[in-house]
Amino acid sequence: MSTATGRTAGLVDRLYATFDSPRRQMLLMVAIVVVMAVLPLVMGRYATTIMTNALLYVVLALGLNIVVGYAGLLDLGYAAFFAVGAYSIGILTVQFDWNFWLAIPPALVAACLAGVIIGGPTLRLRSDYLAIVTLGFGEIVRFSARNLEITGRASGLSNIPEPSFFGYVINSYVDFYYVFLLLAVMAVIASHRLYHSRLGRAWLYVRHDEDAAEAMGINRVRVKLAAYVTGSVFGAIGGIFFSVNLGAISPESFSFEQSVLILMAVILGGMGKIPGVILGAFIIILGPELLRELGELRLLLFAVVMLLIMLLRPSGIWPERRH
Amino acid sequence: MLLNLEQVTLRFAGNTVLDKVNFGVEANTLASLIGPNGAGKTSLFNSITGFYRPQEGRIEFDGERVLRRKPHKVTQLGIARTFQNVRLFREMSVMENVMAGMHCRTRAGAFGAVLRTPGQRAEERYIAEVAHDCMRFVGVDEYADRLATNLAYGYQRLVEIARALATQPRLILLDEPAAGLNATEKAALIELIRRIRDERGIAVLLIEHDMGLVMQVSERINVLDYGRIIADGNAEEIKNNPRVIEAYLGQEDEEMVL
Ligand SMILES: Nc1ncnc2c1ncn2[C@@H]1O[C@H](COP(=O)(O)OP(=O)(O)OP(=O)(O)O)[C@@H](O)[C@H]1O
Ligand SMILES: [Mg+2]
Repeated sequence: MSTATGRTAGLVDRLYATFDSPRRQMLLMVAIVVVMAVLPLVMGRYATTIMTNALLYVVLALGLNIVVGYAGLLDLGYAAFFAVGAYSIGILTVQFDWNFWLAIPPALVAACLAGVIIGGPTLRLRSDYLAIVTLGFGEIVRFSARNLEITGRASGLSNIPEPSFFGYVINSYVDFYYVFLLLAVMAVIASHRLYHSRLGRAWLYVRHDEDAAEAMGINRVRVKLAAYVTGSVFGAIGGIFFSVNLGAISPESFSFEQSVLILMAVILGGMGKIPGVILGAFIIILGPELLRELGELRLLLFAVVMLLIMLLRPSGIWPERRH
Repeated sequence: MLLNLEQVTLRFAGNTVLDKVNFGVEANTLASLIGPNGAGKTSLFNSITGFYRPQEGRIEFDGERVLRRKPHKVTQLGIARTFQNVRLFREMSVMENVMAGMHCRTRAGAFGAVLRTPGQRAEERYIAEVAHDCMRFVGVDEYADRLATNLAYGYQRLVEIARALATQPRLILLDEPAAGLNATEKAALIELIRRIRDERGIAVLLIEHDMGLVMQVSERINVLDYGRIIADGNAEEIKNNPRVIEAYLGQEDEEMVL
């Protein structure tokens, strides 16, 4: 058993090694995007909708990856940022009749604020407390959404208007598939650029050795805060387009399970590495769908497969590996 | 005085580690801080760089109060340091390690990074340039792409110095830079310490147990014993100071050759 798994792992590693060079990774990415772009032409409505959801998860998982993978912080309430984006749009467009595009900047500002609120007090805490505080924050946001008049209480907000883009109304499921494909590509590019930047390196320095980082003149609190805020902007962007895609949002879309699923995508794929996180997001969404035939058993089987992956490749399917 | 300490007292749970320490380093000099194990030398470095908070006293750097500033603020003021037990970012490349030093001299944030603005790209080039310059200066540029942890110990010490230099300091604090080095490496280190001052105009304060090295490079030596400064002078004066000799007696593991 152990030699067999060892050999498979070796094979998998060699496969990844072929994609270690940035050039090949780039080519792979372009190829994937091209394939993804033609998919809706051959897929039915159901499959396209599932893929759209997977692309949303790519954006969310890449955002959480900045907090968890790059900066090494914990966040069990990431769905809250997703909710802040979605509800900002819902409130401004439904309750105040704002134009969708005009509502985006305030939604992003709200997300930044939420990032600072969650990040500020938690930065001085040890990681186990961080887990509890972020979890609590997620629940507070959901609880507020369920009880406030302006958020539509438990039934949420509906009739969120479809956005139009230079006269073209974005409303079909195919339209939204392309919107999320574009968002996912932008999220990948942004993640990549952040990783190879002054701020991205600072996240790694602080994650590796806080004292040495501080001795280098790095403001550890500020750098961690930047991670929460950046991650929350990714989450909010996901939420913004999620709300107009469905046209309706309710508190249950932003549950603790949602946060856990996103976190699972990050951990499963291998924290820190972009291709791994993308893979993780697809597995989390497509996995249960592919196993649909099995009915009730599918979630159990999915859980077992996840457990096996964790055991055989504890650092993720496609972990961060440097040099 | 570039760096000036007055009556600095540091206690840990009633244990006085630094006791009314008066101490200074002049601009552009090579100074050393010596003393037996546990004398409080590293604690003094930690107090200067903001890692420890002395209860009493004053610390000034170039006229600015340093005491109670956060470590990153102290670095920004122009004091860089290395650690007694090398603390590199082990899983990152030598280049990335040295680039860390430039963080406090640059400013691009998330926006610049995502949009790759011209300003951000120019800054990245500048960071790389300074990092290469510092690696060349200490002689590790050929290992730029290697993981720090894969380097021989002596080179790791050099990378730490390069990283400190990249913060563009006016004073650099080296905590036992010669520990674990062989004779050839020590000779090269002496040369490097001199070049840091001569070519870069950076003052050096050195903690070191290797007396041969200390006597060779230091223009001024302070001796710390049980948290107190017991002597202050040049190599000749320190060698012949009876209090210093007494402090080192019975420390058989010391390489004090007087
Ligand atoms: N964080 C701390 N908490 C409690 N005591 C400390 C702390 N840091 C240092 N000390 C104590 O202060 C004293 C001086 O330690 P320090 O490391 O400064 O000595 P040193 O002169 O650098 O010794 P060495 O030559 O062995 O490196 C020791 O008794 C040590 O136990
Ligand atoms: Mg020490």
